[in-house]
Amino acid sequence: MTMLFPSDLEEACEMLAASDGKAVPLAGGTDLLVHWPQRFEDHGRTFLDLSQLAELRAIRWSDSALILGGGVTYWQTLGDRAVCDAFPLLEKAGRQVGAVQIQARGTWAGNIVNASPAADGVPVLMAYDAVVELVSTQGEEEIPLSEFYLGYKQMRRRPNQLVRAVRLPRRRHDVEVFEKIGPRRAQAITKLGFAATHSAAGWRVVANSMAPTVCRCRTLEGMLEHGSPIRRPEDLMPAIRQDVSPIDDIRSTAQYRQKVFSRTLFHALFSDEK
Amino acid sequence: MTKPEHRDIGFTLNGEEIRFSGTGTERLLDVLRYRLGLPGTKEGCGEGECGACTVHLDGVPVNSCLILVGQVRNRRVDTVESVAPEALVELHTSGATQCGACTPGVVMTARFVIDHPGLLERASVRQLMAGNLCRCTGYDGIIEGIAEALRQEETSP
Ligand SMILES: Cc1cc2nc3c(=O)[nH]c(=O)nc-3n(C[C@H](O)[C@H](O)[C@H](O)COP(=O)(O)OP(=O)(O)OC[C@H]3O[C@@H](n4cnc5c(N)ncnc54)[C@H](O)[C@@H]3O)c2cc1C
Ligand code: FES
Ligand code: FES
Repeated sequence: MTMLFPSDLEEACEMLAASDGKAVPLAGGTDLLVHWPQRFEDHGRTFLDLSQLAELRAIRWSDSALILGGGVTYWQTLGDRAVCDAFPLLEKAGRQVGAVQIQARGTWAGNIVNASPAADGVPVLMAYDAVVELVSTQGEEEIPLSEFYLGYKQMRRRPNQLVRAVRLPRRRHDVEVFEKIGPRRAQAITKLGFAATHSAAGWRVVANSMAPTVCRCRTLEGMLEHGSPIRRPEDLMPAIRQDVSPIDDIRSTAQYRQKVFSRTLFHALFSDEK
Repeated sequence: MTKPEHRDIGFTLNGEEIRFSGTGTERLLDVLRYRLGLPGTKEGCGEGECGACTVHLDGVPVNSCLILVGQVRNRRVDTVESVAPEALVELHTSGATQCGACTPGVVMTARFVIDHPGLLERASVRQLMAGNLCRCTGYDGIIEGIAEALRQEETSP
């Protein structure tokens, strides 16, 4: 087992290319290093440490966007008032990822590339129309996060590409909600969750733990766009059945997930007693 | 690229410069306990849940079971051994410790909260301590000890 210590992003790309895409990018390690001593199959691999690359740790603003470097941690965003004010769901979701120790190491990009359907960072980024900026020795590529996943743990990132940044367009939102339903308040893997936003760009409803990937719910978005009458949680069910395909697993059941999704979404968007 | 490569890894540990040779792929937790003779940092779960292995990396609590030592090169690591005994008085007297397995980690996160009271504008003590599991105390003693330490800091000049 070996570790590579690139001194900048360019060198990181070169090292990754030289390994033929086999080196594993390592950021906070909060997914990759769980039960490390027992992960025998990983012990022979080469890790490319990204955790000290200053370029990836930067949070920047352009006229039109917030640009989170590919190594920005939850804790960094939680400590940045401008970010939390402009994108409140980053704070809301960030505080619910693990606890301080995880937030201090875990990165938004790691959450994206780990590609868990239960990821909590991904839905809020997707509800803000995030664009993933990838880089390799062969050049740059941009992929909207909502088109990034192809199937369970499958994504359009190629093994020689690094996430250089995640870009969020600056918009005025009049609706921003994030819900995480888990077995307890803290340190829990999500049973189901969603993020929803509304801006001049329209509605975004993004569900997690409801399909093989975190995904946008286009039928629900369309219903909201057209102002279809929604009086009870049940009115959302036909659209939910179109948009997602939850499964029964150790954390919950498909039926529970659909039902609670309809109720929490209804409560968040339509109920007077918010 | 399959042959393990050894190299010099240096970092600041409890205020002292440390240097040793290795691949960098050992867990920080194991290096502290078995190579550097600092067994204060404990292993509970090995998966980032329990916080028994909490140390400060550049002043912020992290789980040393989820960090490979190569990742802390040139950075500052502080362990429970660096905490002065008198910094723990409130935790002693509030019943924050029973079996003690969680205590080193609790102390490290608690010190962080006590040293950064501004964090409490956006999060509660309970939320900030959520990464430290305790099977004995029921948490009230821990939370009360921290609250008491915060009151002391406020009243001391
Ligand atoms: C106790 C505990 C609680 C947790 N709670 C939550 C939770 O509540 N919600 C949640 O969503 N997640 C949770 N997680 C999972 C994890 O913390 C997050 O997914 C985190 O965002 C991962 O980021 P990382 O930097 O640690 O990733 P790493 O483990 O370093 O990497 C994850 C993946 O991303 C790749 N990668 C990382 N950075 C890049 C990059 N710049 N370019 C290309 N590839 C990259 C790695 O190769 C790897 O495949 C928890 C984990 C633990 C241990
Ligand atoms: S041993 Fe590291 S968090 Fe439990
Ligand atoms: S005192 Fe026993 S686990 Fe906390």
